[in-house]
Amino acid sequence: MSGVLHDTAVAAGTAALAAPLLAPLAAAAAAGLVGWRRAVAWSAVAAAAVILTGGVLAGMATIDGSVLRIGGMLRADALSAVMLLVIGAVAVIATWAGVSYIEQELATGHTDARGARRYAVLVPLFLAAMVLAVLASNLGVLWAAVEATTIVTAFLVGHRGTRASLEATWKYVIICSVGIALAYLGTVLVYYASQQAGVDGHGSLDWAVLVSHGDQLDPGVMRVAVALLVLGFGTKAGLVPMHSWLPDAHSQAPAPVSALMSGVLLSVAVYALLRYRVIAVAALDPRFVRTLLLAVALASLALAASMLLAQRDYKRLLAYSSIEHMGLVVLGVAVGTPLAVAALLLHILGHGLGKAVLFCGSGQILAAEGSTQIADVRGLLTRRPLLAGTFALGLAALLGLPPFSLFVSELALARAAATAGLGWAVAVALALLLVVFVAVAAHAAGMLVGGAAGQSTPDPPPGGAAAVAPLVTGLVVLAVIGMLAWPLEQLLSAAAAIAGTS
Amino acid sequence: MDHSIGLRPPVSETVYVQTLNLICGALLLAAVLILWRRELAAIVRLLVVQGVLLAALAALLGAREGSSELYAVAAGVLALKAVVLPAVLRRVLRDTGEVRETEPLVNVAASLLAGALLTLLAYAVSRPLVALAPSPATQALPVALAVMFLGFFVLVTRRRALSQVVGFLLMDNGITATAFLATSGVPLIVELGVSLDLLLVVLVLQVLTARMRLTFGRTDLDELRELRD
Repeated sequence: MSGVLHDTAVAAGTAALAAPLLAPLAAAAAAGLVGWRRAVAWSAVAAAAVILTGGVLAGMATIDGSVLRIGGMLRADALSAVMLLVIGAVAVIATWAGVSYIEQELATGHTDARGARRYAVLVPLFLAAMVLAVLASNLGVLWAAVEATTIVTAFLVGHRGTRASLEATWKYVIICSVGIALAYLGTVLVYYASQQAGVDGHGSLDWAVLVSHGDQLDPGVMRVAVALLVLGFGTKAGLVPMHSWLPDAHSQAPAPVSALMSGVLLSVAVYALLRYRVIAVAALDPRFVRTLLLAVALASLALAASMLLAQRDYKRLLAYSSIEHMGLVVLGVAVGTPLAVAALLLHILGHGLGKAVLFCGSGQILAAEGSTQIADVRGLLTRRPLLAGTFALGLAALLGLPPFSLFVSELALARAAATAGLGWAVAVALALLLVVFVAVAAHAAGMLVGGAAGQSTPDPPPGGAAAVAPLVTGLVVLAVIGMLAWPLEQLLSAAAAIAGTS
Repeated sequence: MDHSIGLRPPVSETVYVQTLNLICGALLLAAVLILWRRELAAIVRLLVVQGVLLAALAALLGAREGSSELYAVAAGVLALKAVVLPAVLRRVLRDTGEVRETEPLVNVAASLLAGALLTLLAYAVSRPLVALAPSPATQALPVALAVMFLGFFVLVTRRRALSQVVGFLLMDNGITATAFLATSGVPLIVELGVSLDLLLVVLVLQVLTARMRLTFGRTDLDELRELRD
């Protein structure tokens, strides 16, 4: 009986691989054909829901450690399923909030029909590229998909067409392309090592094949390759030293796109690092890999903490908070035990949802207040209680307060690192998190309850309850997964068994 | 190279090694010339030369390994790097009407000195790569990495938008050469994805350059100074 059930789950899971890739492509094609329409906007939400459903189905099929495949190119294990869930969940919130965002931009003349059509085509393509990245069995295809995300998001970052957004786009495309070119060089070197080791006869870039032959890869070549891969995918993940594009791009992009870039795109780059780490620790001295990742993680945390202290712009504040959270996640990658991997995956999900809520909320604050300066937004809680309330709760989630899931994942990360003998790194990270907490809380207090600079409310809140609905949904989900471990815990430990090494 | 007497290698092997070294030497020379020249049109011509050389490298490896796939890759490289991408760059050049690199951040003499140091660095970095499988092809790896480093140097020291694109392409040429020399090219599906991405990135950068000219009146990257903390 359970065998039959499992077969059904595998069949459903296989379908779950193709649909998340095809649904966004269909939504993009529809938008390209008919331009921005309400129905088209909702088809992007539907595509995001298909990705989420695909993640659930793939998760059910792979929770026992089995692997789904379509042809030689697509492959899903529990780790891919978790990433599909993250992409789907954040995308549902971001595309849902995107509907009213673009309608409002059209109404106020901030964008025209052409800009709205471009947005409606590019956002689903962006989703499809991320889905391909987490489902690719070949590490070269994974690379190409990550680079494709840079291309499709370029004109989304430049959506507003201002001088500042043009500047942000240029920096974004140049820095990310250079970074990802280094990751390509790293990929080539991994292929070289696998060729020389005689993996599969002529060498291979298939992840599963490389993992099973990891110990045969030449350590000298792999050391250079791993350094390049950490630098390259680290660029896309917004890690020091190639982070400088992130605050500009995330603050200039339209709010729902910032939510996707910050909430999932960064995590997809970390996912690539997670996959490569499994090969790297088999081929190399694990201490080298750990030291490299720890250095990057702690430097990113330190940079984010220092930049958050004196931040004057709330969208940049959220952007630097993304660097901080990616630093924490990569700290988990550096630890690399199954416990740490499970914790970091939960953290990725929580951060994705939290950032989606906050960036979409910040878009509405910007639309209402007309400024991204923290000093210009005062006493929001009394003037716009609903919006300000969701924003405040989102910040509380991001700062790791219970009942939200980031509290659980941060605690688990600290415990995993301490168990692995990295107590000093935990101490440093906690000290930096304390700085972040004080900085963000002080800025937020000013925005929410601070003394009124100009009490005059210019116009009634735009969007209203309908615009806030996706944000509230995100917060509820965040709280639920923070309190109930049940539906996720097994899948996370299945994923941790794949990417974690003790 | 000093071959021991009596063990004369087959002629085809000698020709292969000499052609290989010639191509790699010319690749590095073209990169150094890009570092030296200031006329943007001349720089684009040098990129065409590099594209032809990379295609020749792929064809040479194809002839040696009897691989029709590598011939196809060579044709693709020729089309992309010697025809399409230079055409895009020329279009940017024509639209902007800017023919020379502006006040360089680093002068020519210092640039060439830095180039020499970067070449030394490339030799140091590629030692473990050559050591794994010494062969005429892998022994040329330092040259490919040097081209990549020179590209990075151009990217960070030049101020024109087009020059940054040139630096990026130079980096990419170095990485492509590395892939050919070390692995005789990556799997075809990856090669296709990489080429498509490269083409799209350059097209995106072309559109951005056009917007930059419309917005700022010129494509000097010193104009990009609005966003800071």
